[in-house]
Amino acid sequence: MTRFSALSLFTKAFGGHQNWPEQWPDAAPKPAYDAIIVGGGGHGLGAAYYLAKKYGITNVAVLEKGWIGGGNTGRNTTIIRSNYLYDESAHLYDHAVKLWDGLSQELNYNIMYSKRGVMMLAHNVHDVQSLQRHINANRLNGVDNEWLTPEQAKAYCPPLNISPDARHPVLGAALQRRGGTARHDSVAWGYARAAAALGVDIIQNCAVTGIRRGADGAVEGVETTRGYIGAKRVGVSAAGNTSVIMQMAGLDFPLESYPLQALVSEPIKPTFPCVVMSNTVHAYMSQSDKGELVIGAGTDQYVSYSQRGALHIVEHTLAAICEIFPIYRRMRMLRTWGGIVDVTPDRSPILGKTPVKGLYVNCGWGTGGFKATPGAGDLLAYTIAKDQPHDINAPFNLDRFRNGRLIDEAAAAAVAH
Amino acid sequence: MILIHCPYCDEKRPEIEFANAGQAHIARPLDPSGQSDADWETYLFIRANPRGRHHERWRHIHGCGRFFNAVRDTVTDKFETTYKAGEPRR
Repeated sequence: MTRFSALSLFTKAFGGHQNWPEQWPDAAPKPAYDAIIVGGGGHGLGAAYYLAKKYGITNVAVLEKGWIGGGNTGRNTTIIRSNYLYDESAHLYDHAVKLWDGLSQELNYNIMYSKRGVMMLAHNVHDVQSLQRHINANRLNGVDNEWLTPEQAKAYCPPLNISPDARHPVLGAALQRRGGTARHDSVAWGYARAAAALGVDIIQNCAVTGIRRGADGAVEGVETTRGYIGAKRVGVSAAGNTSVIMQMAGLDFPLESYPLQALVSEPIKPTFPCVVMSNTVHAYMSQSDKGELVIGAGTDQYVSYSQRGALHIVEHTLAAICEIFPIYRRMRMLRTWGGIVDVTPDRSPILGKTPVKGLYVNCGWGTGGFKATPGAGDLLAYTIAKDQPHDINAPFNLDRFRNGRLIDEAAAAAVAH
Repeated sequence: MILIHCPYCDEKRPEIEFANAGQAHIARPLDPSGQSDADWETYLFIRANPRGRHHERWRHIHGCGRFFNAVRDTVTDKFETTYKAGEPRR
């Protein structure tokens, strides 16, 4: 791997950007590996990287049915935050936020993590009470979060309409200053490049079609569209397709897959300095470094694997955006798209072991998996390497749906999050 | 937006008139206290989530207000059929 430095970028820029080497080789599958990760998104590539980097398992393959980062990693709205209500969630998501810090240096790849702050708006009395409860819970867990008055919110994000007679009046806001955005493609590419440099094979266009198990029920390998590949340890990080993969091992999962849509506007000059989320009216927005307003919409109401959603979902979100930020009313939208998100009954992820020996899972991140990318990768790697979950992900087990120890962020937020 | 045929109104109407009510044909246990934790887990949380043919419930909430069942392909989102509640699984 060629190391990037200010000098190498400078030299290549003056050389007309000729002769950039490929970032990592497009590997063909070997007959067997020590561990296989199913799913070449940020989470899966992160898991492969940390397996090789922190846990010394370098004979690893990442199997991706399409292309690297072409699933939900390239389809999300790139928001990073950790202001979750419950202790377990705060620890899990803050583990990821801590890893985001310094990730560009660690990977020698600019992931453009920008701590521009995530501001969540309160539009009614319930929102005020709920957000203030979140702030208090977060601060007890060492996660930064603070209350802003409407005037302070307006000062932090000038396009905000705080007029008392607005359609969605702003009664205040919760601000997590460490929250922000990162460039999602770079996260996938950075992990892929760094993992490949440590010996990980990144195999694209390789869909898993079956899981082979021995007489004792333990995993022996996976059947793929590029032939059989042996591995005693298989970690599945396949987002919306997790149910399909788990059925190959005879496991029924508490998941449903829904389309989640996002859209971007035409690019404009910098006008929007932070991330604003309004859970009550479903408006989530930031501005990319290219100048596009990046807008997250809601999920469609039905189970689907189509990677597209209905226009009325987008219309609902834009109606709210136009009311909260009237200056954008005449903006034109450039593109909309959808990704398939796997949602659990309590809206918390499942990250740990499965009843099948040698089969591990990282799924159920629902509508908010991007922020957790480094943390989920690290914890999946730990779980695979040690054959037991880390203290941070131990509560996010599959057994909670049987013993009732849910981590009910769905009830805590009462909306998609 | 998809168009959905309501078997009671016998009309194809736009999706915004309907509310999806999850997987169909999940029977509530008749003997709640006789169920194990695993039975409750299956009833409450485990879902088929198939890639392909899916049985689901819909409610014509802004129309006749009634629940009915549907078979839909989850890859194309195309409806195969809709039928009244209480009719056998298609």
